[in-house]
Amino acid sequence: MWWLLGSEITIFGGLLICYIMMRIMYAPWSEAAAHTNTLAGSINTFVLLTSSLFAVLAHHAAEHKNGKLAALYLWLTIGGALTFLVVKSIEWTNEIRHGYTITSNTFWSFYYTAAGLHGLHVIAGATAMAIVSFDCLRGKNLQRVEIVGIYWHFVDIIWIFLFPLLYIAK
Amino acid sequence: MTTHASADHAHGADNHGHHELTFLQKYVFSTDHKVIGLQYFMTGVFMGVLGALASYVFRMQMAFPGASVPGFGLVTPQIYNQMVTNHGTIMIFWFAMPVLIAAFGNYLIPLMIGCDDMVFPRLNRLSYQIFLFSAVLLIASFFVPYGGFGGAWTSYPPLASNPVYNQTPYGAPMWLGAVALEFVAFLLGGINFITTLMNARAPGMKMYDIPMVVWMIVIASILFMASVGPLIAGAAMLLFDQTLGTGFFDPARGGDPLLWEHLFWFFGHPEVYVVLLPAMGIVAEVLTVFARKKLFAYRTVLWTAVATGVLSFFVWAHHQFVAGIDPRMANIFTVTTLLISVPITEMSFVYIGTLYGASIQLSTPMLFAIAFIVEFLIGGVTGIFLGASGADIYFHDTYFVLAHFHYTFVPIAVIAVFAGVYHWFPKMFGRYMNDTWGRIHFWGTAVPFNGIFIPLFYTGMAGDHRRTFDHLNFPDLARADLIFWRQFATVSLLIMLGFQVIFFINFFYSMFRGKKAPANPWNANTFEWVAASPPPHGNFPTLPHCYRGPYEYSVPGRATDFWPQNEPAPKT
Repeated sequence: MWWLLGSEITIFGGLLICYIMMRIMYAPWSEAAAHTNTLAGSINTFVLLTSSLFAVLAHHAAEHKNGKLAALYLWLTIGGALTFLVVKSIEWTNEIRHGYTITSNTFWSFYYTAAGLHGLHVIAGATAMAIVSFDCLRGKNLQRVEIVGIYWHFVDIIWIFLFPLLYIAK
Repeated sequence: MTTHASADHAHGADNHGHHELTFLQKYVFSTDHKVIGLQYFMTGVFMGVLGALASYVFRMQMAFPGASVPGFGLVTPQIYNQMVTNHGTIMIFWFAMPVLIAAFGNYLIPLMIGCDDMVFPRLNRLSYQIFLFSAVLLIASFFVPYGGFGGAWTSYPPLASNPVYNQTPYGAPMWLGAVALEFVAFLLGGINFITTLMNARAPGMKMYDIPMVVWMIVIASILFMASVGPLIAGAAMLLFDQTLGTGFFDPARGGDPLLWEHLFWFFGHPEVYVVLLPAMGIVAEVLTVFARKKLFAYRTVLWTAVATGVLSFFVWAHHQFVAGIDPRMANIFTVTTLLISVPITEMSFVYIGTLYGASIQLSTPMLFAIAFIVEFLIGGVTGIFLGASGADIYFHDTYFVLAHFHYTFVPIAVIAVFAGVYHWFPKMFGRYMNDTWGRIHFWGTAVPFNGIFIPLFYTGMAGDHRRTFDHLNFPDLARADLIFWRQFATVSLLIMLGFQVIFFINFFYSMFRGKKAPANPWNANTFEWVAASPPPHGNFPTLPHCYRGPYEYSVPGRATDFWPQNEPAPKT
């Protein structure tokens, strides 16, 4: 898992470094960035951090061989993921209605690409957790809770980087 | 695997003979590293043949512009672009990498470290399936309207991002998707190799007892994983530019085409060491076995390989010397590029040192291994000219560059691969390849190879630019001697391709009717020669214990000139 995360870090790292460099070089970007919805971003940050807490609790339950409790916490984590996605859909619908699409300008291209890629990883992580939770309910493969937990923390950390770059730096 | 309690007895593939496996389970959906290794090998070689056919087509066009190519037809500029693009792409991503890393790595690593399979067998199968899908996607791109991608393997925007320019609106995203999937397959495979080496070694096998080829494949996997990320991000950006109309690389929209070049080459340069290191590993194994002598400086080779890998992240902009980067940056990259030749030359000289004073047996694998050193040194030396940014102003994008990288890539992907195939064929199939035909194949490959590319150094210096459909369109290049050498190169290619037929016949015939081979036909030391030929599922009836390094050949005082790693030390 750590090796997988290593390669994922270079993918997101590459994307974000490009973003940072272009942001520094082209002034008009800050003007576009002023239109991101910081409230939605903050809510999502809170949601993801809480969901990571649930992931840790799930791991704790798994360590104590409590499959049912681990599965419950995993589903709370998935709930966080779904909330994140819902908030994001509302936010993006709003932005697109205001005319800020992926092709509007390069800032928005980066915004949608980076956040979209992150969103895909959120969906993938939630799916993996769902699959693991079914085994947990039957008390099997509890060691996998830790592994999906690590992945989930990674997804969370990517968001921690995205949030200031896309929402706060104005 | 043999001892841990696995929750999955559902799949029959690793049931250790509890019940008879169906054909599908044993060959198509197998999780056995040897089967997967051979699957990668066969797919890779098949794709290599496609890449070679592409080179046949465009070399015929270069030699006889405007003439209909036998067996193919007329080569239009669009077709020329597609052939050139896909030749490069296929050879690097679907031939060199799968054969050197995935095929040899999957087959050899568990055997050479004395365990029964990779630590993640199902992930292994998944990686092959993704790889196969990527190959199918690439081949499919030739059959869509307007054909396969024609924007060169380096895929620079705006040619690559604007379908109006590259004229392959469907082929371009398919090509990009195929490359991205191939990256995913190799990332997954790399995880397997690294983790297996770290965790599943035989008891007693210390770091410096690991055979060099295993180290090289693992270091290459680490390099790949560290370098490919930014390019995957860039590929997503290019895909969006192609299909959604974003402007990541469009200056009119606030983007920058140079950004793509940086993203591509940040990966592209470490990538060449990703393929070089496994090839050097294979050559190390063959050299030691057939020189009956230990590797001259094992630790030096290992740490030099690591240093090369690290340094390879700091040279990428030598591909962009004339792209409009700051000349002061070009100075820095000239220094680092010239520096990186030092460790690699050192490794080559260490290999020569291994041969010095040895009892050399010129077997077929050994011929290829020695040819690797000679040809690769030529490639490396010509790289020095290109690494100097001043000289590169003239040489950039000429056939000089092309001859340089073929003098490095062909030894890596062809000569070293043949060395490995002839060497490990008895292990894989339990039979010898025919040695006489092997030698004929060797000379028919090594000599014409030089006949192709030495003239191209000359034509490149004379001004032949790359990716040019017809040099006769340039009056300066329509000279009789240049025309002659282009034809000479093409005829050499035809000869070289012809001799490969001998290899294929030898390979497939020997697989079924070759002379049967014992477990250790070369009297070698490493663990794979302890297993039967071919190894059964599970590899070893009892897993071996490691007592010494892999290259204890011609040790004074011993009756035999080799000392297998798994033989306990005699009690005196």
